[in-house]
Amino acid sequence: MEDLTEVYNELIMEHSMNSYNKKKLENATCSEMGHNPNCGDEITLELKLDGDIIEDMAFSGHGCAISQASTSIMIDTLKGKTINEAKQIIKTFIDMIKRETKNEEELEKLEEAIAFRNVSNMPSRVKCALLAWHTLEDMFERKKF
Amino acid sequence: MNIEEIRKDFPLLENRDIAYLDNGATTQKPIQVINTIKEFYEKYNANPHRGAYTLSVEATEVYENTRTKIAKFINAKHREEIIFSKNATESLNLIAYSYGMDSLKKDDEVVISIMEHHSNLVPWQKVTKITGSKLNYMYINNDYELSDKEIETKITDKTKIVGISHVSNALGTINNVKKIIKYAHKRGAIVLVDASQSIPHMKIDVQELDADFLVFSGHKMLAPLGIGVLYGKRELLNTMTPFLMGGDMIEYVYEQDTTFAPLPNKFEAGTQNVEGVVGFGAAIDYIEKIGYDKIQKIENELLTYARQKLSNLDYLNLYLTPNEENHSGVISFNIKGVHSHDVASILDSQGVCVRSGNHCTQPLMRFLGIDSTCRASFYFYNTKEDVDRLVEALDKAYNMFKTYIK
Repeated sequence: MEDLTEVYNELIMEHSMNSYNKKKLENATCSEMGHNPNCGDEITLELKLDGDIIEDMAFSGHGCAISQASTSIMIDTLKGKTINEAKQIIKTFIDMIKRETKNEEELEKLEEAIAFRNVSNMPSRVKCALLAWHTLEDMFERKKF
Repeated sequence: MNIEEIRKDFPLLENRDIAYLDNGATTQKPIQVINTIKEFYEKYNANPHRGAYTLSVEATEVYENTRTKIAKFINAKHREEIIFSKNATESLNLIAYSYGMDSLKKDDEVVISIMEHHSNLVPWQKVTKITGSKLNYMYINNDYELSDKEIETKITDKTKIVGISHVSNALGTINNVKKIIKYAHKRGAIVLVDASQSIPHMKIDVQELDADFLVFSGHKMLAPLGIGVLYGKRELLNTMTPFLMGGDMIEYVYEQDTTFAPLPNKFEAGTQNVEGVVGFGAAIDYIEKIGYDKIQKIENELLTYARQKLSNLDYLNLYLTPNEENHSGVISFNIKGVHSHDVASILDSQGVCVRSGNHCTQPLMRFLGIDSTCRASFYFYNTKEDVDRLVEALDKAYNMFKTYIK
């Protein structure tokens, strides 16, 4: 059995239990709900855009430590990026979790989100790590950003 | 047989160094069941009820003998009251469609408990919506039990069908189904009992209960996956229309019309899971060899021990009845402030297998005001060491999280 402290590391624990990104946004441009019906995890992402730049983002909802921390760290990673940059980073994150990329140069762009790399060793928790990223991807697609 | 001897019969328990505490989801299989399935394919495999040749006749025999065995096992009056299905879910859908859909009228009521598994809930939503009848719930009290008052308030003269789990898969509460059946019959309702979580652990006598329908899955009681049972009183099953149509459930088929086979074939369309049925027979032999008295003795001791050990952990929320005599099989819990999936992952890394999530009981979770729980569920091959491993792994999980818990 592997040592789970690699997954439940300090960064992830801190973000999951006491995230400063868990709040309501004033004047959000749009919001989107994402959920994993099988485990009951539910998050709502709020996004504030300045042109095509992600000026601010926040979330509310509930779920396991991995889904909560992944949401919070995604927000830190993507704030200040353009929508196109964000789309690229989302793709890299999903590829990392699904073990479809090992391109270290690409992975570096994930910044702190690289902390979720070891979740790829826990197949039952992959969907927890991906919830927020898929939700944001859906939001970009649906709003045709 | 002592517990070491019993455990030796379960290859998976020998092959894996785990504390398997997810028996409410499915049990492990003894070598006797595995060998019986192997023997079936090596010596008897053919399609029952089809061929005039000896092999098919023999396959029919092993299939039908198991029906008789199961009828005796639950003390059904007639062997054709045993219908084979895929699982308890399919049995419940059969009842909802073939009995509920045809008999419910506008303003009739179906009453189920808030602790029902989705399989005894979602079909009734659909059937009551289509027929214009109402779906009402019996709620649990602070002891996670149904009170007599609740039962007698919710089951009324308008109630036509009552659906109740014998043992809750999420809470382990034993419902007094005999009392519920008696009361419902007085009001003119029929009762279906979901025995999926009870029959692995306790003797069921359908005549003594006077259950109108009773369903269970084989795989939660040592049998293979994919085989289940519907018991129904013959007079009810005879009045019902078939659920699935196809081969073997017919009598005469014309271009525009068909007459149907008598029970039990009427409800067994298409080639059946014969391997599952044969394995089910071996599972029942195994349970009878150990005996329900012994199973109960082992499990009661284990459950008392687990209740005690887990009650000592003050970082846990436990969702279980304080009345030990009304409790069977499963213990639901959460580490306060930590999600069940995180706890289950950490337990898994310590070799402890528990279920986490809503256990297919979302309305119950909502009623309790929680998202999910961890669930440890036991069978007679579990040991106190399994419980100790659970407690040790829980301590570790709590220690990982405690500095971060708000």
